[in-house]
Amino acid sequence: MRKLHQFHGGIHPPTNKAQSNQTPIVQANLPSKLTIPLHQHVGNSAVPAVEIGQHVLKGQLIGCAEGNLSSSVHASTSGMIAAIDKQLVANSSGLPELCITLIPDGRDEWIELDPCLDWLECTHSELRLKLRKAGVVGLGGAVFPSDMKLHASQQKIKTLVLNGAECEPYITCDDLLMRERAAEILEGAQIMRALLSTEEILIGIEDNKPEAISAMRAAVLEGKYQGIEVIAVPTVYPGGGAKQLIRVLTGIEVAAGVRSTNLGVQCFNVGTAYSTWRAIRFGEPLISRIVTVTGNVSHPQNFEVLIGTPMDELVAHAAPLNGTRYYIMGGPMMGVPMPSMQVGVIKATNCIIAASKEIFPPAQPALPCIRCTRCADACPAELQPQELYWFAKAKNFDKAEDYHLFDCIECGACSYVCPSNIPLVQYYRFAKSEIWAQEANQKAADTARERHEFRESRIEREKREKAEKLAAKEKAASAAKTQRTEQPPTLVKTDVNPEDTLQLKIQTAIDHAKEQAAAIKPLNTEQLTPAQQAQIDEIEAQRARIREMALAPVADHTKG
Amino acid sequence: MPGFFSPFITKPVSVSQIMLNVMLALIPGIAIYVWYFGPAILISLTLASLTALSVEALMLKIQNKPIAPFLKDNTALLTAWLLALSIPPLAPWWLVVVGTAFAISISKHLYGGLGNNPFNPAMIGYAVLIISFPVHMTHWLSPNGLGAISLSFMDQLNYIFQGTLPAGVKLDAITMATPLDTLKTQLHLNGQVKEILDMPIYGRLAGHGSEWVAAGFLLGGIYLIAKRIISWHLPVAYLTTLFIIAGIFHLIDPTHYVTPMFHLFSGAAMIGAFFILTDPVTSPTTPKGKWLFAFGAGLLTYLIRTFGGFPDGMAFATLLMNICVPLIDAYTQPKVFGKKEKRS
Repeated sequence: MRKLHQFHGGIHPPTNKAQSNQTPIVQANLPSKLTIPLHQHVGNSAVPAVEIGQHVLKGQLIGCAEGNLSSSVHASTSGMIAAIDKQLVANSSGLPELCITLIPDGRDEWIELDPCLDWLECTHSELRLKLRKAGVVGLGGAVFPSDMKLHASQQKIKTLVLNGAECEPYITCDDLLMRERAAEILEGAQIMRALLSTEEILIGIEDNKPEAISAMRAAVLEGKYQGIEVIAVPTVYPGGGAKQLIRVLTGIEVAAGVRSTNLGVQCFNVGTAYSTWRAIRFGEPLISRIVTVTGNVSHPQNFEVLIGTPMDELVAHAAPLNGTRYYIMGGPMMGVPMPSMQVGVIKATNCIIAASKEIFPPAQPALPCIRCTRCADACPAELQPQELYWFAKAKNFDKAEDYHLFDCIECGACSYVCPSNIPLVQYYRFAKSEIWAQEANQKAADTARERHEFRESRIEREKREKAEKLAAKEKAASAAKTQRTEQPPTLVKTDVNPEDTLQLKIQTAIDHAKEQAAAIKPLNTEQLTPAQQAQIDEIEAQRARIREMALAPVADHTKG
Repeated sequence: MPGFFSPFITKPVSVSQIMLNVMLALIPGIAIYVWYFGPAILISLTLASLTALSVEALMLKIQNKPIAPFLKDNTALLTAWLLALSIPPLAPWWLVVVGTAFAISISKHLYGGLGNNPFNPAMIGYAVLIISFPVHMTHWLSPNGLGAISLSFMDQLNYIFQGTLPAGVKLDAITMATPLDTLKTQLHLNGQVKEILDMPIYGRLAGHGSEWVAAGFLLGGIYLIAKRIISWHLPVAYLTTLFIIAGIFHLIDPTHYVTPMFHLFSGAAMIGAFFILTDPVTSPTTPKGKWLFAFGAGLLTYLIRTFGGFPDGMAFATLLMNICVPLIDAYTQPKVFGKKEKRS
């Protein structure tokens, strides 16, 4: 038996998984249309590669990866491109993004694929290129382009962690995927292992998924794999967070802002391993994924869903009940409310919960914090949430940073246990977004100041040049005059060449500007991972609302 | 969907339930109190509760804060109970009212209300009373059977509200100093611990009757720990500190220093350890800080009891340590995930 490690805190919310994991994965029907966002991943948005009115085949590239950190987007079925415009997408900001609307022709006709019978014959860069072309991104929720994570680094990466923990309540897509497609997951993991040159693969699955654990173990035995271990980990939320799972399996703590590969570990979701296998072996781009549909529906279950399927059309397959107010994408702990029920399923959509008043009763009005530290006891990042709350509420952001605000993974465990019903995570999101905004402002101001100073010095220089020219002219004129009066010429002796003074002054001004630029501390925003950068944009949109809350949370009582 | 955000679920636990549980945990101690000292304590508990609720409502109204949610949080009631249990049960009604009103209005609401008061309100109430009305604060009831006369419930009511005793009964006949007070006085008179403890007001470990009340609070405290309402760190650290310090002195000179068990089961040590120090608002939040806080309170309790001017030191020890809480918290921040190893 492998020795498992614990992480601090964690909570045990009702898992609510039994509703949706009783039946096999069902292929969802072809929807009436597909709304495929071009920005479903961390990094740059993809650029449209098709035109309105064009007919595309299933698997055809419709959005080209732009730049190093980006990913491709493909047609999920064959049909006609009906629109390329901004639409509401599955994010919490509610801001429209560029989407390609595809009307299926019903033939579901594949483009010619480029399968690979023996991937061992491919070079590593060929494999990475295939993954990049197939638009494979992390399916655990982070949607980070997988090819970027599959570089063997200078540091030896000993362990590849495969995340099948699935700790969020309600979600069962990884559970079902592991039960039904264990062999393919392992094949994908083997490709990852080869690319990273890791010694071992540890597959962490929470012990509330015995079927998945035994399916995966059977697949390991059947495939006669060496160095792959399927490990049942305790069911504790957020045990499926990458940092927490790495800690449980290896004892290694990956601090905020540190790359796990520098500590010898890389982590992928089981779904990503599956998609990796499909992409390499069959050349299939990532055009579908498993989505749990649950909540206020009579037949909660898992579907294999084409990317871009409108959520309401998908939920219709699960016999929705009355009283659904909105959809949550993800779980009840970290999921995001959807701006509309019609937004398309994206690569990050692991679960759709139809939320009703009965399932998620409205939050009770918040009382003041009584410093009971239930939040600190629950915090997996070992923060002091009650202090962060205090500083965030007082807008004392420097202090919040001192108390490790940016180590918060926003898992929501603190809010879950708070007896005063304080929406703690919202306060941290607010504080983070305010800090990011401040830093962006600061940067803009610095640039402006630099420009202004340069302009000032230029104007100064031009004035001086003019004045000197004039002086030289006058001098020349007066010299001519004196020559005419036949007096011996008296030379005006200047120690310094006026041209030199000029150069010196300009140089000083530039140096000054440079010094000022150097004096500015490296900002937090400069070290952001692209994932965080993406969050900034989302959180930005929430800020106004949260700010109101921060001003007068207690005043809510008067309404209730 | 504006107005909705994760997490969408919360644990069904509220401040109100927590405080209610703490009050439930006081009941064994109160029941034993009534058994040994008669029902007068119930009168002070009721008086204090009514005062606390009225003053709380008034303060909330003045500040334009919502009244119902705060009255329902049970914190004012808990303060009232803790204060009432610290006052002699036979104290005149206005003593309880003044103490409670001060605790709720000045030491809680003037500092911002729930969650913002730096000092334990019940202990502030107690401190104000013992400094302002020292005489009234020493008229403790004798346990049943020990006093010359025991009063009926009606007589007790009469005394509390009218200040009149039945004809021929003197106050001294029904009240006595507390075991801690008696010990202190007798030691001053050059008594020896052994002889003093032979006096009838002492029982097996500490005061006759009061030691069982302390045991009742201990029982309630264990309930709170078992239900995870409070963590064990504070009470255990406090009682251990008190035990060890008292033990050291007792070992050095048993004729002048009573046993450590005497200290644990006397005065407010038990109720303090489980119900007063553990007030989350006024105690540190960090694990290390809790140890420091409890250690300081244990040390101060012993020092005040043994060398100070008051018979019991729990209240002042608590208040003195309350002052240190912000400092303790600031200097005991734990290392966070992934940042525990010292960077060389």
